[in-house]
Amino acid sequence: MTSIEHRAALSLPRTGAAIEVEAPSPRLVMRRRALSHPGFLFGAVVMLLTILVAIFAPLLTSYDPYAQDLTQRLIPPVWSAKGSWAHLLGTDGLGRDYLTRLIYGARISLIVGFGAAAIAGLIGASLGLIGGYFGGRADAFVMYVVNVKLAMPGILVALSLISVFGGSVTMVVAILGLLFWDRFAVVTRSVTQQIRVSDYVTAAEAVGASRTRIILGEILPNVMNHVIVIASLEMASAILVEAALSFLGLGIRPPTPSWGLMISEGRNFMFFQPYLVAIPGIAIFVLVIAINMLGDGVRDITAPEGRN
Amino acid sequence: MLRFLIHRAMIAVLVALTVSIIGFALLRLSGDLASALAGDTAKPEQIAQVAHLYGLDRPLYIQYLNWADKALHGDLGRSLFSNEPVSFLIGQRIGVTIQLSLMSLIFALVIAIPLGVIAATRPNSWIDRAALAFSVFGQAMPSFWFGLLLIIIFGVTLRWLPISGSASFAHFILPTVTLGTSVMPAIMRLTRTGMLDALDSDYIRMARAKGLSAGSVLFKHALRNAILPVVSLSAVSLGFLLGGSVIVESVFALNGIGFLAFQSILRTDFPVVQSIVVFVSFVYIFLTLLSDVINAYLDPRIRLG
Repeated sequence: MTSIEHRAALSLPRTGAAIEVEAPSPRLVMRRRALSHPGFLFGAVVMLLTILVAIFAPLLTSYDPYAQDLTQRLIPPVWSAKGSWAHLLGTDGLGRDYLTRLIYGARISLIVGFGAAAIAGLIGASLGLIGGYFGGRADAFVMYVVNVKLAMPGILVALSLISVFGGSVTMVVAILGLLFWDRFAVVTRSVTQQIRVSDYVTAAEAVGASRTRIILGEILPNVMNHVIVIASLEMASAILVEAALSFLGLGIRPPTPSWGLMISEGRNFMFFQPYLVAIPGIAIFVLVIAINMLGDGVRDITAPEGRN
Repeated sequence: MLRFLIHRAMIAVLVALTVSIIGFALLRLSGDLASALAGDTAKPEQIAQVAHLYGLDRPLYIQYLNWADKALHGDLGRSLFSNEPVSFLIGQRIGVTIQLSLMSLIFALVIAIPLGVIAATRPNSWIDRAALAFSVFGQAMPSFWFGLLLIIIFGVTLRWLPISGSASFAHFILPTVTLGTSVMPAIMRLTRTGMLDALDSDYIRMARAKGLSAGSVLFKHALRNAILPVVSLSAVSLGFLLGGSVIVESVFALNGIGFLAFQSILRTDFPVVQSIVVFVSFVYIFLTLLSDVINAYLDPRIRLG
């Protein structure tokens, strides 16, 4: 009896279903694991909150993230002596409400994270499926492309591409998507290699299913778990790199409120107004930790029984 | 083993070739080189003259071959900004970047390996959990932000350490901590997993059954096996640090090739950017090849297989 079944059996009397002897359904097991996984819960809650804040940004604040007010420059946050309730997190060097910029900045981080992970996942998983399923020359080619990708200094290339093509949000998402597909490819490839010799794939081949059908219908659904876990990790990396690029002045262009850009703008005042640097940094830090924990949680929860 | 290494070396050469072509393409993508060389006030005839002089009117593959031929002989062209040879500019600054990368790697290894070993010997203990929490924090910390925090704390508030430039050893401490922290979590996790696997294996049970001391089991038997993937990761990390130092070098105004690349991108000085991209890639390719060789040497399963 695995620990999960054990736990399930112990909980039977409490639910009152004393006669039930069937093993709990996988869905039920996963829900139980999810609810007893603090990392997953923390990640999910923070992620959900961030998404809601990003969507409902205009409802949460009465300020415009772009509206400058030079008479209200560098007001410290409410908890400091000179703070005011009018600006909870104070204002920046141009008198813009910092909380408002932080709230709108969540949009940029999430768009960049989701967008880049989606593009990277599409590229990487496709390459991995092709290499893993077909093997031989196709696989050698995929691995060669991965090696080339790994050899290039990603951040430098991203910086140069953005300086050439400009720093619109779409462009940053596209360029970061090209930067983070390698792990998708490597993992999808090795999982596909294991699955393609499994009985159900052999069975599908035996009944004459087409290759496309096998790849999309049999292999892809089984690879998806891994892809989602990596997507969360790469989403976190993309958010970090976007912040770094914007910080260096070669990412999202001002006056768009990006957290990295806010740190960069606050840098000029950081010795006297350290909150300008600290607040957006904490936002990035917490969101990235949450996404990583969510990803690790999904991996633990969906792991085959007994592995935990 | 020889066949394995020849195979790896061939892939490395192929990858290097591809990277150089991409690097070359990057330079061409960046705009019309001839008008950049001729200057803003140049007339069309002058631009055409410059294009002819530099061979920019010839087919692309010939331009590539010319460029590659020169690059192989150490001529990487000249900076559009300062007109100095790119190889000179890189040579002037590479020392700083190498010093920073090596110090960061050593800093990361010195903390990550013992931490990983201790965490693995006491799984689920408080120290294991602390190590895990530490790695989660390290992974989520934006390195440029961490650098700024260190500057505020140790440079400005406590005034213990210099915060910009590369004049002395002390100038490297904060950048080293910043950059080292970015690769530490991965090394720690890999050491921990490797040690957990090793400690759970039959040969360790055997070694314990023979009555070997705990230290001997841990270091001579378990760590030696667990360390193999860490060696590969270290080589790869060093390559990553060389390329990834651009952010940290910019934060601390360290005059290495990362900072040079960053400044050159801002100045649209693409011959320099392209050379650094290709140079860093080549170092990375060399380091991964080196790690294959070291692994083959250390691991009899590869050496004899």
